[in-house]
Amino acid sequence: MPYTLTVNGKSRTVDAEGEMPLLWVLRDELDMKGTKFGCGASFCGACTVHLDGAAVRACQTPLSQAANHKITTVEGVGQTAVGARVQQAWLEVDVMQCGYCQAGQIMTATALLTRNPHPTDAEIDAEMNGNLCRCATYNRIRQAVKQAAGLAHVEKVSA
Amino acid sequence: MNAHVKPPRPVSRRLFLRTGAAAGGGLFLSARLPGIAAAATAGAPAETGPALNAYVKIAPNGLVTIVAKNPECGQGIKTMLPMLIAEELDVDWKDVRVVQAMSEAIYPNQFAGGSLATPMNYDPMRRVGAAGRQMLVNAAAADWDVPPGECSTTPGFVHHQGSGRSARYGALAAKAAALPAPKLETLTLKDPKAFRIIGKATGNIDGPAVVTGKPLYGIDVTLPGMKYAVYEKCPVFYGAVAGANFEEVKRTRGVIDAFKVDGTKDLAGLSSGVAIVADSWWRANKARELLKVQWDEGAFADHSTEGYDARAKALAGNAPANMLRKDGDPDAALAGAAHVVEAAYSYPFISHSPLEPQNCTARWDGDKLEIWASTQNPEPGRQLLAKTFGIKPENISIHMMRCGGGFGRRLSNDYMVEAAAMARQAKAPIKLVWSREDDMRHDLYRPGGYHYLKGGVDASGKLVAWKNHFVTFSRNGKAANSADCSATEYPARFVPNFQLGSSFIETLVPTGPLRAPRSNALSFVFQSFIDELAHAAGQDPVQFQLALLSTPTTHEGYDSARAAAVLKTVAERAGWGRKLPAGRGLGIAQHFSHAGYFAEVVEASVDKSGNVKVHKVWVVGDVGSQIINPSGADNQVQGAVLDGLAQALGQAITFDKGRTSQSNFGDFNLMRIMDAPPVDVHFLISDHPPTGLGEPALPPAPPALCNAIFAATGKRIRTLPIDPKVLAT
Repeated sequence: MPYTLTVNGKSRTVDAEGEMPLLWVLRDELDMKGTKFGCGASFCGACTVHLDGAAVRACQTPLSQAANHKITTVEGVGQTAVGARVQQAWLEVDVMQCGYCQAGQIMTATALLTRNPHPTDAEIDAEMNGNLCRCATYNRIRQAVKQAAGLAHVEKVSA
Repeated sequence: MNAHVKPPRPVSRRLFLRTGAAAGGGLFLSARLPGIAAAATAGAPAETGPALNAYVKIAPNGLVTIVAKNPECGQGIKTMLPMLIAEELDVDWKDVRVVQAMSEAIYPNQFAGGSLATPMNYDPMRRVGAAGRQMLVNAAAADWDVPPGECSTTPGFVHHQGSGRSARYGALAAKAAALPAPKLETLTLKDPKAFRIIGKATGNIDGPAVVTGKPLYGIDVTLPGMKYAVYEKCPVFYGAVAGANFEEVKRTRGVIDAFKVDGTKDLAGLSSGVAIVADSWWRANKARELLKVQWDEGAFADHSTEGYDARAKALAGNAPANMLRKDGDPDAALAGAAHVVEAAYSYPFISHSPLEPQNCTARWDGDKLEIWASTQNPEPGRQLLAKTFGIKPENISIHMMRCGGGFGRRLSNDYMVEAAAMARQAKAPIKLVWSREDDMRHDLYRPGGYHYLKGGVDASGKLVAWKNHFVTFSRNGKAANSADCSATEYPARFVPNFQLGSSFIETLVPTGPLRAPRSNALSFVFQSFIDELAHAAGQDPVQFQLALLSTPTTHEGYDSARAAAVLKTVAERAGWGRKLPAGRGLGIAQHFSHAGYFAEVVEASVDKSGNVKVHKVWVVGDVGSQIINPSGADNQVQGAVLDGLAQALGQAITFDKGRTSQSNFGDFNLMRIMDAPPVDVHFLISDHPPTGLGEPALPPAPPALCNAIFAATGKRIRTLPIDPKVLAT
C-alpha cells in the first residue's frame, strides 16, 4: 500500500510493503544513496537517520513506522544549523578514510548536539559507540564532535 | 611482508610523454613510464602492466583536472597522487579538480595493495607535473621570444623577469598542448624546500561529497532497467548447489527470477550458488527466507577449528616438514644457554569485514561487459571475467568505484563474476549486493597459525638461539595464500643460531592478504617472544632489542639502524621506564614491513575481571624523506594501530562442520569508539625515498599491547584474541 513520509522536508509517497526497512525505501525506492547499508542488524550504525529529530537505525525501522513522520538523512541534514556545523567540522578535521560510515556518524553526532549542545567526552563516546568505523577514525570523530560543539578548534587541513 | 623487499628503481630512462589537445581546448598531458620495477610484495598482485600513466588537463579558465589513476579504498590515494602532480605543475590546489580513472590499459598498476602506491608513484607523478609545467614555460617563452631558461613559474602563472611579462596557465594551455613533450628524465624537480602542496595537510578530495551523502561507492550505482540480486552460496567452502525450490521463491513479491549458477573450481572466482533477482534488493534478500537449497557439501564438511588446533598440537611433536632456514647450531646453543624459554603461540583466522559489503553491478551488451565495482584490483578482475565467460579482456570495461574499505578483501574480484553471471542469465543489468552475513562467511580470511618456539639467552644476556616450528595452513601441499613466513623475517639474521621450519595443515578455507599480510600475525609472535626472552635475561626490553638490532646486517633492503632509531625514539616519547600505578603497564614492539619501520608503545591496564583497557599508544615511524599528506598519513597510522589492537582484543573467525561460525558484528568485533585510545603519531624523516603507510603501522600494535599486559599483570598472552578469563584475578 502507498505510504507517505516526509524526507528532508519533502513529502514522498512510496508504494511498498509496510515491513520494508526505511533503509531500502531510501536507497532503492527513492534512490537516495547517502544512507548506507553495513550490517542490516543494527550493529554498525551506517544507516543512521533522524526520525522526528531522533537518531534511529533505518535498517530496523519499517516503512509503516516511518510513515507520517519527518525523516532527515545525510543529504538533508546540512539544512539544519547543527547539521551544517557537524559537516563543516568533519571536513576541517578531515575525519574520513574510506568514508562509508561517516553519513551515519554525522547523523548520530548531529542528533547528539541538537539534544545536548555541550557534551562531555564520556557523553560523546557513549552516544557514538553504536557507530562502527572500520577504518577506526575514532580520534578524529571525537575531535570533530567537539569542534562542531565549539568545545575545541583544530583545523587539520587546508580546504 | 618479507623483510627483503627491494625499493622500486628510480624513474626509468625510457620515460616519455605524449601530448595532445584536450577536448574543449587546453593541455592534455599523458606520461608513459615503462619498466618501473614493481616491488614484489605480499598482498600485492603481480605487476599489472609495464607502464604508468597520468593525465593532466588545463582549461582556458585555469582550472586543472587531474586524473587519479588508482582505486581509492580509504587510503587517501585519490587525494595524494594528484597532489604530487599539482606540486610540480605549480598550480594552486584550490584550482585542482580530481577525477577517478577507469581501469584502463594506459593506467597500469591500478591497484591498492602492498602500501606500494607511494614508492611506485612518488617520482613519476611529480615528473608528470613537471613536464606539464615545462610545456607551459616553453609556450610562454616562444610567445615572448625569450629562452625558456629565463622563465619561472608561480602557481598558475609563467613569468619572465627580464621583460616583466607574465601569462596565465589557462591562456597558455592550448599552445602548450601543440608543443613536443619534454623527456621526463631530463626534467628538474623542485627542491623539497620549495614544496607548497606536498607536505601540507590536505583534506580528503571526496570529503565534501561524503559528508553530504553523494553516491560514490559501488553499492550506490544505479542503472536504467537495473535489477537487484542476492547470491546464496554453500555455507561449506567448495560446496555446490544440488537443487532448490526455485518455483516457490519465484512466486515471492518482487522476485523476477531465481536460478542456479554453476561455479568453477576457483574459489576466488565463481562459486556455485543460487541467484535471486528482484525489483529491489530488500525483496531479493527477503526471498531467501523461503529458499531451501539442497547442497552437495563436498569434502570439507568435517573441518573445524577444534580439529585444526588438535592437528597443530600433534604436528608440534614432530620435526618440521620443511626446513626454511638454519644458521649455526641452534640445538647446541640452546643446550649451552643460561636461560631457555619455550612457548607456544597461536592466532586465529580473521575476517576483513570492510563496512561496505561486497557488491558489483554488471551490464552486458552482446559480448561486451561493463562492470561497476568497489575493487582494489580491477585488472585481475578483468582477466577473471574474460576467462570465466570466454570473452576478450578488451571487451570488458571496469568502473572503479570508491571502496567502503578494502583491507585486502577487494584484491579478489569474486563479486564481479557473480554479478556478470547473473546479468547474463537475467538479460538485464544486475546489481549484486552481499549481505553482511555473506561477506563474513565468504571471505578470504587472514590465515591462523601456530608457532612452537624455543629461545636461548647466554649469561651475558645475549640472544644466542632461536628455534621456531611454524605450523601453518596449506592448499594442495603449498603454504596457503598469506600463510607463509619468509626465511629472512626478523629476527632471522640477527641471531647466530637460528632455525625456522614449518609443517602444514591442509585446508580448503579460502585465505588471502589482510592489511600487512603475514606481518600482522608474525609480529605478534616474534615481538612477544623477544619480550619474553628479554625478561628471562633480566633485561629491559628496549635495551635487549636495541642490542639485537646492533648486530651488523648486510641484508639488502633492511636497515637495522632505522629500526633501532624508531624503537629508541618511541621509548623516549612514551616515557619508557616511568613509574605506573599497579595493574598498569607499558609494552613496546617494533616491526619492519612494506618498506616502513614502526615502533609502538602501548599503555594498558587490566581490571579484576580481566578486561583490558588501552590508555594510549605512541607510534614512531620512518617511511623516508617525505610525508606527502600529513593529515592522511596521521589518519592511516592511527587507523592501522587501532585495527591491530582490535584484532588482538577480540577478533576471531572459527569453523565448525566446514562452516564459518561468525555471521555479523555481533560475534565478530570491530573496535568501537569507547575502546579507542588516543594515538600519538610521530615520523622520523630519513634520507630514503618515501614509502607507503596503509599497512606498516599495524604489525607492532598487537605485540606492544600484549607486552603491556605482561608488564601490568605478569601474565603472558600467547594466544589471540586476548581472553579476559586468562587475565581475571
